[in-house]
Amino acid sequence: MTATDPLRATQRAIEAVWRIESARLIAGLARIVHDVGLAEELAQDALVVALEQWPKTGVPENPAPWLMATAKHRAIDLLRRRSTYERKLEELGRELSVQQAAEPDLDAALDDHIGDDLLRLIFTACHPVLTTEARVALTLRLLGGLTTDEIARAFLVSEPTVAQRIVRAKRTLASKRVPFEMPAPEELAGRLSSVLEVIYLIFNEGYSATAGDDWMRPALCEEALRLGRILSGLMPDEAEVQGLVALMEIQASRMPARTGPSGEPILLLDQDRRRWDRLLIGRGLQALERAESLGVGPYTLQAAIAACHARALSSEDTDWARIAALYQVLAHISPSPVVELNRAVAVGMAFGPAKGLEVVDALRSERALEGYAHLPAVRGDLLAKLGRLDEARQEFERAASLTRNERERSLFLERLT
Amino acid sequence: MRYLVLLKAVQASTPPPPELMEAIMKLGDEATKAGALLDTAGLAPSAAGARVQLAGGRLSVTDGPFAEAKEMISYALYQVRSKEEAVEWTTRFMKLHRDLWEGWEGDADVLRVFGPEDFAPPA
Repeated sequence: MTATDPLRATQRAIEAVWRIESARLIAGLARIVHDVGLAEELAQDALVVALEQWPKTGVPENPAPWLMATAKHRAIDLLRRRSTYERKLEELGRELSVQQAAEPDLDAALDDHIGDDLLRLIFTACHPVLTTEARVALTLRLLGGLTTDEIARAFLVSEPTVAQRIVRAKRTLASKRVPFEMPAPEELAGRLSSVLEVIYLIFNEGYSATAGDDWMRPALCEEALRLGRILSGLMPDEAEVQGLVALMEIQASRMPARTGPSGEPILLLDQDRRRWDRLLIGRGLQALERAESLGVGPYTLQAAIAACHARALSSEDTDWARIAALYQVLAHISPSPVVELNRAVAVGMAFGPAKGLEVVDALRSERALEGYAHLPAVRGDLLAKLGRLDEARQEFERAASLTRNERERSLFLERLT
Repeated sequence: MRYLVLLKAVQASTPPPPELMEAIMKLGDEATKAGALLDTAGLAPSAAGARVQLAGGRLSVTDGPFAEAKEMISYALYQVRSKEEAVEWTTRFMKLHRDLWEGWEGDADVLRVFGPEDFAPPA
């Protein structure tokens, strides 16, 4: 064992505590001050105090209540200077005296609310008054405890851009007087879908990038998974929450097999399935089972499709008929030409290329797919399987001319020979 | 990053206090809901297990208990962003033992599990 620089070690320990506690801290403070932006500043202040004091005093026995108490004292100082906040000050005073009276149980008092507070924080960070970019940045900041620098690196934008986004988002929440509350029951479905969209967007931002770009990109997948798992604990009876978690767990299970030795992408059917992460597959299938017992929705269906691949020990064992059927249901509840194109692939695998081609040809007049390289690529593949090689070649040429992705282009060009 | 935490201790002569088990369940629930704990379970004494050994080209199977003074008590698998985070969760776990089971002593080894990032192609 090697000795480490004690100061640096304490700093890293503080970072770890911060990472575990920051979201709950911000959420608890937001309930008291009714302002997410202010809550985050107060939490940050408490972190600064910890960074100053803990290296001298050592990390306190129970760091979470310490941070909370420190932040609340900051809140009192701040609110005292703002006379318009007298009412809030009173509330805060009451809150503090109640908690001080029950000093040994400070933790429990915090625990009682913390789940609700975290949910409110998630719904506020993903509020529809914010742009999608702002929701993503604010969610990573408030719930993920990521720094603006980390968010900037993950999304390949500059740090001031991210900082701006977050400042503006907080301002918007304040100026539109977005309450720190759960959505009303009649709004819940819509608001929840905004939350799920943000989480899946974060996941895809990390997942769609090729390996080796930046360490933050795989970290985004992990972060999205973590957020999904938190949400799944908070809303265990929401089918689509479980569905999204199932989908992300199963997709993430393929990460070790998705790229080759020089970073080139490996298509699903060509992946070495022995490298898939069985633990994540198991978790994904479990979440899927729970989701399916609760209802049906687009994420649950996509997870069910992903599960068909996860269950197949080799690509030949894939249950394509089931995948085709699941795509049909998906196309029914959430119609999209891209879903239909995926269904064509599954139909082609399950019932032969001629059947698949019928589905594709019905899509050829689809405006939304104009310029979409995968339409000619799928068609070319089905034509090649039918032995219509000249037509297939034309389609692959077209696909190669449409894609903007170099690696994809070379994949399509390979099919020309 | 994924970390495996292995708890080792001298086999106790009495079962752990119920308050400790309750506190461990509560902490496990918290860590799960924080998205950090992927899997955890307690391990039966090695008397219920066996060891398959390869030595000098010969395979042998020996039933437990093993000769080591300390037994493996439990494992936990965490998904976290730093070693310190795994250490923090483990420290909380060990504090429960300190506070709720007088005189108990043991080691929790925090080990990083290799992941795709360890085999990633050079950027």
